[in-house]
Amino acid sequence: MLQDSGVSSVQFAPIDLDKVEKRVLTTTPRLSDRIFRGVVTSGGLSSLIILGLIFVFLLYEGYSTLHSQGLHFLTGQNWQAVVDDQNRFDAVHSHFGLSAMLIGTLVISVIAIIFGVPISVLTAIFLVFYAPNAIRKSMVTIIDLMAAFPSILFGLWGLFILDPSGEYWAKLIHKYLHWIPFFNMPKDSLYFQKSPFIAGLVLAIMIIPIVTSISREILSQTPLDRVQAAYALGATRWAMIKNVAMPYARSGIVGSAMLGLGRAMGETVAVFTVLNIVYQINWHVLLSAGGNVASMIILKFGEASPQEVKALMAAGLVLFLVTLLVNALADAIVSRTGKSGR
Amino acid sequence: MTSQLQATDLSSVKPSKPWKPSKRDRIEILLTLFASVLISLLIVGIKGWKSGGGVGHVYFSGLTQMKGKLAYLAVFFITYLILDFTVSTIRRGTAAGKDAIFRALVTIATTIALFPIISILISAWMRGHKGLHLSLFSKDMHSSAFTDPITHGGLIHAILGTGVLVILSVLISVPLGVLTALYLTEIQGRFTRPIKFLVQAMSGVPSIVAGLFILAAIVYPLSKSFNGFEGSLALAILMIPTVARTSEEVLKLIPGDLREAGVALGGTQWRTVAMVVVPATRSGLITAIILGVARIAGETAPVVLLTGGADTINTNPFHGTIGSLPFYIWNGFLAGTPESVTRAWAAILVLLVLVLVLFSLARYLGSRKVGGK
Repeated sequence: MLQDSGVSSVQFAPIDLDKVEKRVLTTTPRLSDRIFRGVVTSGGLSSLIILGLIFVFLLYEGYSTLHSQGLHFLTGQNWQAVVDDQNRFDAVHSHFGLSAMLIGTLVISVIAIIFGVPISVLTAIFLVFYAPNAIRKSMVTIIDLMAAFPSILFGLWGLFILDPSGEYWAKLIHKYLHWIPFFNMPKDSLYFQKSPFIAGLVLAIMIIPIVTSISREILSQTPLDRVQAAYALGATRWAMIKNVAMPYARSGIVGSAMLGLGRAMGETVAVFTVLNIVYQINWHVLLSAGGNVASMIILKFGEASPQEVKALMAAGLVLFLVTLLVNALADAIVSRTGKSGR
Repeated sequence: MTSQLQATDLSSVKPSKPWKPSKRDRIEILLTLFASVLISLLIVGIKGWKSGGGVGHVYFSGLTQMKGKLAYLAVFFITYLILDFTVSTIRRGTAAGKDAIFRALVTIATTIALFPIISILISAWMRGHKGLHLSLFSKDMHSSAFTDPITHGGLIHAILGTGVLVILSVLISVPLGVLTALYLTEIQGRFTRPIKFLVQAMSGVPSIVAGLFILAAIVYPLSKSFNGFEGSLALAILMIPTVARTSEEVLKLIPGDLREAGVALGGTQWRTVAMVVVPATRSGLITAIILGVARIAGETAPVVLLTGGADTINTNPFHGTIGSLPFYIWNGFLAGTPESVTRAWAAILVLLVLVLVLFSLARYLGSRKVGGK
């Protein structure tokens, strides 16, 4: 070992400093990092690509209907696919107008918001400011679990359990509040079951989890110093919530309600199960007739001719754009949270 | 002047807890509750319930025409609100009265929010357990109709079909969802804000639109037939946002120290993410996947549009129609006879148990410390 080390005999050659390559210090990513970043970025853009493709393909399939119906597609009240005697599609006499279903969508989602949002927001307030730790934890779990229930379960529950008692409430509402136009019924038709009112209630229950969890998250972000300052000034809990928590969380809560609205508008199976789908404009929320765009699509799809399927695709496009718009608004509002308030 | 401080024996002093309700407060609360129950009984009446659910002997007919369990609840809540408000106002002033009203309101709202969940769970069991039998898990429906007596046929094709659909959607959506989450947390490039918004928007895409999209993009122009793969694609679209958002939440919890340590040891970003960050979030990512599965397992609309719903076992998602639990429930509901509806409830019960198991699994994994092995 030692004999060949020759330490003492090593001759250091003089170093020519000009010829030494300098170590390069750089922040340029290496090849592996560039590939990694490329892959992750393209994966991240998948949502953009998918949403874009949805728009393109629905527009491609639905374009002929949109073109032939024009604005009538949104304002018309008839949905008739006419075939002539040789079973060919008659484009002249066919009418595809979506207004009845658009109004139906609006009616039941507004009912859902009216019932669902106050309950959800109050529940969120209870969970954040009132509930003891143990109750809070288990309640949060239960409400999150409810978000994972299949929608057809809500539908069947609404039809078989809620609808019979809902009919009783609807009759009560009709008896005492029939002077309000919405709660009136057309003469001779006293069918209270399977009404938009019931469908709205089912949707209200379905949006409780999402509205509650978002409101809860936003309320729990209320700055602690403001909360404690309010208590130190002698505020009761209610005064603190009214003057500190609500102003802070207002826009977030509005946003969560909008998200719930988006969910309610796109719900298909639960509405199909609960509601008696009739293609007419119906403002009487207690009457057993109504519908929304999504449930209409699944109802008509089974026996639709190729041309009618194109019209259904166009209806899907309208639904897609409407829910996208509502979600965009909701997102914009939620992200403003915290900028309001004192 | 110097004041003399007396030495107090600290161990003998009991800490006072002014925020705890005193004995008097407790008696008050109990009395208010008791009085509300009494008044609601007075107003609505006292009846004995028969075991079958009908109204039995009427002990006291009540002061008004109102009847039913709902009336009890409504009257009880209103009376409690009023009594609580009055008592608090008299004892501690208007501010306390308002506080009491609001406290009662949020409690009532929470009870109302819990009510449907409990009702749904109970009714799913009450109606579903009649349709449960062992051959449900060994037979399919190829030789029996939905309107046959309950003991004919079974669910096995639907359970396997749902399994196939779910596995395939997981394979499609998890890479995309996790990559999206990694982009949002690790790269944070200039698309971060738009992608956050798009993921949010995508979670709002109605399930029927996802189904129509696959119809327009794949079924009509290309395959012209229904199969399981198409259903999985639609389900994957619905699953990506759930996976992406949950994994983003988990990745955010990983302390920056870990990443810095990885880079300081000479790792590239790729190696830091692959060897440090992702292994640390493993259980969180599994939670994300499970929550995504729970989200899509019961999704009905795209399955009805795209998979065709076979009656026999088909585990090949690329060829032929495939059955699934939501489709089975849908058919049972549409057939409309008592037998078929019982079948639907039984299948819902199976689906619900599946979702419950997945959900508790996700909770269990999610409750463990992030970064633990």
